[in-house]
Amino acid sequence: MKDDPVKMELTYKDYQSNYINDWCAGCGDHGILRALEKAMAELGLATDQTAVFGGIGCSGKTPYYLNTCGVHTLHGRVLSFAAGAKLANPALNVIAIGGDGDGLSIGAGHFVNSGRRNLDMLYIMFNNGVYGLTKGQPAPTLRIGEKTRSMARSNIQAHVNPVLLAMVSGYTWIGRGYAYDVAALSGLISAAIQHPGIAFLDVLQPCPKYNDIHTRDWYADRLYTLQDDGHQALITPDTDAALVQQRFNQALILAQQWGERIPVGIFLQDLSRPDFQSQMAQVEPACADRPPCRQAVADASGNTLVDLGPLFGELKI
Amino acid sequence: MNQVIRNLAWRIGGPQGSGVNRIARLFARACASQGAELICRREYHSNIMGRHSYNDILMGSLPVSSHRESTDVLVTFDAETLCRHAQSVTESGFLLYSDSDADVRLQRLSYLDERLRDDISAKLRLNRLPESTQGLLQMVEQAGVTAIRVPYQSLLSLLGEELGLPKKAVSATLNMLAVAVSAALLKLPQQLLLTAVNTSFANKPDIIQMNHQAVSIAYQYVLAHLEQQDLRVPANGAAGQRLLLNATQSVALGKLAAGMGFQSYYPISPATDESTFLEAHADVRLTTGEAAGPLVLQVEDELAAINMANGAALTGARSATATSGPGLSLMAEGLGWAGMNEVPLVVTLYQRGGPSTGMPTRTDQADLLFALHAGHGEFPRIMLASGDVASCFYDAAQAFDYAERYQMPVIHMLDKALTSTLQTVPVFQTSRLAIERGELAAAPQHDRGIDRFALTASGLSPRPLLGQVDGQHWLTGVEHSEQGQVTEDPVLRESMMEKRAKKLALAAAEIPLSEKLEILGDEDAALTVFTWGSNKGAVVDAMHRLSDKGIRARAVQLRLLWPFPTEAVLGLLDSSKPSVLVECTCSGQLNTLFRQQAGRGCDHQVLKYNGRPISGEALFPVLQAIHAGEAESRIVLRNACE
Repeated sequence: MKDDPVKMELTYKDYQSNYINDWCAGCGDHGILRALEKAMAELGLATDQTAVFGGIGCSGKTPYYLNTCGVHTLHGRVLSFAAGAKLANPALNVIAIGGDGDGLSIGAGHFVNSGRRNLDMLYIMFNNGVYGLTKGQPAPTLRIGEKTRSMARSNIQAHVNPVLLAMVSGYTWIGRGYAYDVAALSGLISAAIQHPGIAFLDVLQPCPKYNDIHTRDWYADRLYTLQDDGHQALITPDTDAALVQQRFNQALILAQQWGERIPVGIFLQDLSRPDFQSQMAQVEPACADRPPCRQAVADASGNTLVDLGPLFGELKI
Repeated sequence: MNQVIRNLAWRIGGPQGSGVNRIARLFARACASQGAELICRREYHSNIMGRHSYNDILMGSLPVSSHRESTDVLVTFDAETLCRHAQSVTESGFLLYSDSDADVRLQRLSYLDERLRDDISAKLRLNRLPESTQGLLQMVEQAGVTAIRVPYQSLLSLLGEELGLPKKAVSATLNMLAVAVSAALLKLPQQLLLTAVNTSFANKPDIIQMNHQAVSIAYQYVLAHLEQQDLRVPANGAAGQRLLLNATQSVALGKLAAGMGFQSYYPISPATDESTFLEAHADVRLTTGEAAGPLVLQVEDELAAINMANGAALTGARSATATSGPGLSLMAEGLGWAGMNEVPLVVTLYQRGGPSTGMPTRTDQADLLFALHAGHGEFPRIMLASGDVASCFYDAAQAFDYAERYQMPVIHMLDKALTSTLQTVPVFQTSRLAIERGELAAAPQHDRGIDRFALTASGLSPRPLLGQVDGQHWLTGVEHSEQGQVTEDPVLRESMMEKRAKKLALAAAEIPLSEKLEILGDEDAALTVFTWGSNKGAVVDAMHRLSDKGIRARAVQLRLLWPFPTEAVLGLLDSSKPSVLVECTCSGQLNTLFRQQAGRGCDHQVLKYNGRPISGEALFPVLQAIHAGEAESRIVLRNACE
């Protein structure tokens, strides 16, 4: 993403809107919001050049609380809206936000295909294992046999691992953070925003109201930071093929860790794959200079500016 | 004897994958270059190789608007085509068939529908003829058709010899041989066909040479071995420069002219051709020479297609998606978001046979009420329908103007019949477009962004764009305040519902009558045909036929389907006697809309719902009977051989 020059010393408060926040007290969402504000302040993102898109659910309300452009979209479709805006105006800083149900269940198709496109934007998944706003049904991240507070019976469907899915879908920056560790999370968000490609950040987030399994206490002694453990996530265009394979395989193994030790930090950062814009520039060289939002439409009198002559020529009799 | 005829109907059929459509277009191009005005209808199965497809070309020296269900010339090179269409050849017409198809038992044709096989067999048994192509040929010859046997395989061998290639290597020119034999019989100058070959196979010199040789062999064969025929390809010395194109191309050109910046789509018949045409021609230039053109992207599904277009539209890019019925089913929620957020979004809807997967490559108009109601809750939309290939261009462009002026989704309705219909049309006049972009928000009203949904007298709020300097704002599918933030306040809810509704009332008031409907034929006539979409061509054709018989009639072609032009329709219904609805549905959906909006429907419904388009030829006798007071209130048009 583009680093906008810092207009003045910005703080996280500059990114807060005046809209009243109705998340539950103690919800992990608050930590993620603060981390996001801090990351945007640190990078000095221009509020008018930043668009935050939300899915449906508690996490989807995030855009209301930020003093940037905010777009509250549809259940499961946040990545599509965000991608459309980014494609049409590549200068925008685009951040998509959604819950684990939003992204891995109803929106799973977009999750996978967004990896394929490698557009330069960030997708943050608020991962709390439950559908909070509809009062605690199991999300696709909840493991088989688990039963949270409001469920009538234990979960009878297996879980999806968002980090693994992101890896096989082609996301080029993949990380995981923890909602109550605002400082570390803010650093991850900042790194993810700066990554030139599609970044996926899985944020583990207790839901004090409905998830009585994965609580603050449950997470307390399990989390460790990958980079502290010496994990090498970076792949550059110069990384040789064997090392690329090794890094990817190592990330795959780490992504499967759960239970006693749960990794947070950066699993993978792949700079070797061209992002969408450079891919597009290969097939449509002029595309980079004239993004859709700047497409010439008409002169002041309403006449088209497009020369259809050559096309008419092709179809003329 | 040279017989001057007004129109000539020509048909070619064959298995899919044998180049039937391509060769039909090539022939159409050759005939059009002699000045013929023509319309070329295409029928095909949802299949890649093997199943039957055919093209009908109706040509005249004056513009033609509808195909004919009977044909003067039938070109075949397989037995199935012969069986399906031999009975459609007119008395004075001729058909070409391969000597190898002279005696094929009907039972051997595995792709021939059982129902059709039984029908033909029964007829042959009745006439005490063998149940084979031989029997069928005898039957049509008894009816006056000239059946011409062509030794295609020998001609292919000859072609191979002349080019020094094995016969197998030249077998793909079978369709060219067949077309060229018909062209020679119709006295089409050979050079026109050769030039059309050059255009059709541009940059493929080997294929051009092979086809040129095939044309030459066919013309020589006709000269040496076949009797002269009376039929001719019509010419029109006065015809000026025209375009030969179909509706997907016409829509694509309209979108380019309108400065569309973004289109996302998911492949679906029969809509895909438009998007792939745009992809192939996205590198247009401005009149200044500067590069321009939209970003056209194939995405994972129709949900992504509509919502990406929504996202793109928020940045100010003119954005669209194109789909057919099943796609629109998936898009319903995104359409509602566009309605709720007042997004200028264009959805081009190419209707096909439904419900469910239905008939993917056949025509239908049964998405009228669905498109009108798609999406939960109440939100405004504009729906306009194109009636012919030329109007598709202007309508596709104007759809963006409506969308931006009234800040709502616009559904541009087309159907499969238009999509695959190739027609000669006057070159489009881009000067006729008066592009209007709607009101944009200028400066922020306060230091914390722009009120996206500011309440105004008209219901329109000046629109800020994502990325506009100091223009941050909020958008949401949740009911919202003027600032675009969640509200469930009952008073504000009413205001917002009314705000959105007002815009539709504004559109209804502002859009001129000439953009709402078109009256064709004798304006003062009492017999009135109401229709919409691609039936226009058939209706125009039928009106000419009625006029020839001295029957006065007029037709009302509805363009703006929503907001519904109630007042105008009511006035026209009042002065109609009788009123007739013509539509490709089973239930008469426009009539349902008439009853709902105007309080009453048409006296008669002429409907067709077999997946094939209505022709003027079939419509005319029905209208004649209605005029004579000898018709039922519901009449179904049928053709078992289409």
